[in-house]
Amino acid sequence: MTGGNASGRQETAAPFAIELRGISKAFGPVQANKDISIQVAKGSIHGIIGENGAGKSTLMSILYGFYKADAGEVLINGQPTAIPDSQAAIRAGIGMVFQHFKLVQNFSVLENVILGAEDGALLRPSLAKARKVLAELAEEYELEVEPDAVIEELSVGHQQRVEILKALYRHADILILDEPTGVLTPAEADHLFRILRNLKEQGKTVILITHKLREIMEITDTVSVMRRGEMTATVRTAGTSPEELAELMVGRKVLLHVPKEEAKPGRTVLEVKDLRVRDDDGVERLKGIDLTIRAGEILGIAGVAGNGQTELLEVLGGIADGTGSIVLNGESLDLTGKFSDGQSRRRQGISHVPEDRQHLGMIMDFTAWENTAFGYHHDPAYQKNRWLMDNDAILEDTKGKMERFDVRPPIPTLQAKSFSGGNQQKIILAREIERNPDLLLVGQPTRGVDIGAIEFIHKRIVELRDAGKAVLLVSVELDEIMSLSDRIAVMFDGRIMGERDPRTTNERELGLLMAGVSGEAAA
Amino acid sequence: MDYATLLQILDSTIRLAVPLLLACLAGLYSERSGIFDIGLEGKMLMAAMCTGAVAALSGSVWVGLLAGIAGSVIFAAIHGIASITFRGNQLISGVALNFVASGITVLIAQSLFRQGGRTPPLSGDARFNPITLPFAESLSGVPVIGPLYSEVISGHGALVYIAFLAVPVTWWVLYRTRFGLRLRAVGENPASVDTAGISVIRLRYAAVIITGILCGLAGAYMAAGLQAGFGKEMTAGRGYIALAALIFAKWRPWYALMATLLFGFFQALALRPDVIKNTMGFDVPVPALDALPYILTVIVLAGFVGRAIPPRAGGEPYVKER
Repeated sequence: MTGGNASGRQETAAPFAIELRGISKAFGPVQANKDISIQVAKGSIHGIIGENGAGKSTLMSILYGFYKADAGEVLINGQPTAIPDSQAAIRAGIGMVFQHFKLVQNFSVLENVILGAEDGALLRPSLAKARKVLAELAEEYELEVEPDAVIEELSVGHQQRVEILKALYRHADILILDEPTGVLTPAEADHLFRILRNLKEQGKTVILITHKLREIMEITDTVSVMRRGEMTATVRTAGTSPEELAELMVGRKVLLHVPKEEAKPGRTVLEVKDLRVRDDDGVERLKGIDLTIRAGEILGIAGVAGNGQTELLEVLGGIADGTGSIVLNGESLDLTGKFSDGQSRRRQGISHVPEDRQHLGMIMDFTAWENTAFGYHHDPAYQKNRWLMDNDAILEDTKGKMERFDVRPPIPTLQAKSFSGGNQQKIILAREIERNPDLLLVGQPTRGVDIGAIEFIHKRIVELRDAGKAVLLVSVELDEIMSLSDRIAVMFDGRIMGERDPRTTNERELGLLMAGVSGEAAA
Repeated sequence: MDYATLLQILDSTIRLAVPLLLACLAGLYSERSGIFDIGLEGKMLMAAMCTGAVAALSGSVWVGLLAGIAGSVIFAAIHGIASITFRGNQLISGVALNFVASGITVLIAQSLFRQGGRTPPLSGDARFNPITLPFAESLSGVPVIGPLYSEVISGHGALVYIAFLAVPVTWWVLYRTRFGLRLRAVGENPASVDTAGISVIRLRYAAVIITGILCGLAGAYMAAGLQAGFGKEMTAGRGYIALAALIFAKWRPWYALMATLLFGFFQALALRPDVIKNTMGFDVPVPALDALPYILTVIVLAGFVGRAIPPRAGGEPYVKER
């Protein structure tokens, strides 16, 4: 351990607020935590960083009594402490703010705060006391919340404050926050950090779990890095850099830029003219789109979410109806009617990785192999005979796809929802890319995906391009658009504002286009 | 319709509303804790049989009542084990228990008494005797209010007053006590209860057992109050009407009182087709009156009278998430 000692030896006798020794936990064949040891000094903010699925949340659930560790020991203030359930964790002074809040939506703030920490069989005295304590806490830590407000009427930021208040009301000295900024606006996140600094000043110990490097650098004193269930390092934040942490997280250098050869565009694959789409309310969402994509190039569509990118993907993918013309490989596609659906598009050579993978991309309760068959369930290779499907064949095929796309764990019979976001995306990509489409539509390929998987997904998309296929990439991440695309088109309000070459443009110019400032003015 | 007839109808409204009210409050506890209970009917039937049989054998309605509660609680516990411990489907468990109750009650009654699946007629102390409220006699002469008090409000069995008392008590428990707070929380978001260090399982079992007790009262009243003895399928769908009333009442105790009184009123009217014909001037078929509670419930569910939002975690077994 380096963090605690490095921060100074003036209080050599002071025990750590929390110390883990050799914690291990396995779920079936998956080793979620392997021999984890951490020491966190009292009154410090300690970060735990790692990719999705690295085992951070499991570790914290053990600390909060949700899971029993297979091995290892927890020391609170130097005392070995057993934490068989949440009640024990609360007694030991541990408070937890979960990523998904554990609040009763139709209860008031006060009712949520006292739930489980009532002083007696009757509510009235507890409510009165909580009202007083909340006022004091609000004063002390900038934790203002209207005590009589009903949770479902509060903003997410305020709901999170209620969670913190709940912990403090239970006299928590150690506060654990799991991905606290994932749901917050930047302003709310800044406020949260102020609260955390106040807590630290008052001698509370804060453990912050996140996969965002910026937050770690901004607020923590020490940081532990987890990778695949193991603790790879604990360092002082002041003595490290985002690059070093990223490398520790992923286990190798992260490619901030995707290495790719010069594009060799060939024949025109897709030609779109005056494409228009109306939504259910009759509002025009696409207002005449013209674009072409050639074989062997990636066209990136940049833009603020909600400017027609979703509709563009949907009409190209056959999910939505439209007007205008779409010509694929010289053949005109139907935009309405019987042959304007996902099935027809796939047959014609368009594969689609939808933006919303959990709703359009897969069925979360179905297994990986079932999800792999979706959209291609008519594939003769998947049929045993005229009436029956050949599940073994699909299973075998899925196994191969999972290996080639590095899906972890590579178990085709697991439900889709038990994979991390990155691995779900890899399952979908494997399904769509291995069909060798002429055109790949891909929306937000790396949303909610961890760094290691992002790199992998980007590489696969570039490989498809190099194999002479056309790719339409829609992303709200400008970095992603800039590093992957061969040409960039910017969408605003259902129109294409302009096209730029990623080698000569910059974020400022694209930003202006995304804000609707016309091409000539921005150039 | 004259005043005397109105009083008669109101009197039978109260008597007919009581089993609905008790069953409805029973369902309220269970469903507020997140356990749907379509088995109110079966529990009432079971309680009615146990009360009828034991009251007949012992000669005491109170021993019969205890037996009724015991029978109902056993069924409630089975539902609890199936849906809480084993996380089974709550609707299927409830339906299954209804079928079991329908058969087993007749079977037991037949093997005990050999009277075609009925229990012997109850009389005297084996039934709930009417209680005359204070001043009922002396006030009966006061115009309008006097007869209302002495004939409609006074003169019912003890369970009637217990049922009406159960409404404010339930409200108080639900909104003023720690148990009530936790009960409401566990039906809305069991994870919040779990992370607060409270046992979801224990809370839900407590709620289900309370449901059993209240259904026991409802069934006992059927066999030893409303009627004199148990008969095959004597609850006649009251468990389902109570369930409809619970939805109509949006899972709230005072609304439950209103809903069950309304549905009781329909049942009272269905017993007096002559009155309807005299006041309305035409025949209303009895089945139409019987269907009214369900029709009203569908209207409520369709959102015409404000949204009826069931407890959010209702029907879903609680599994700790990773």
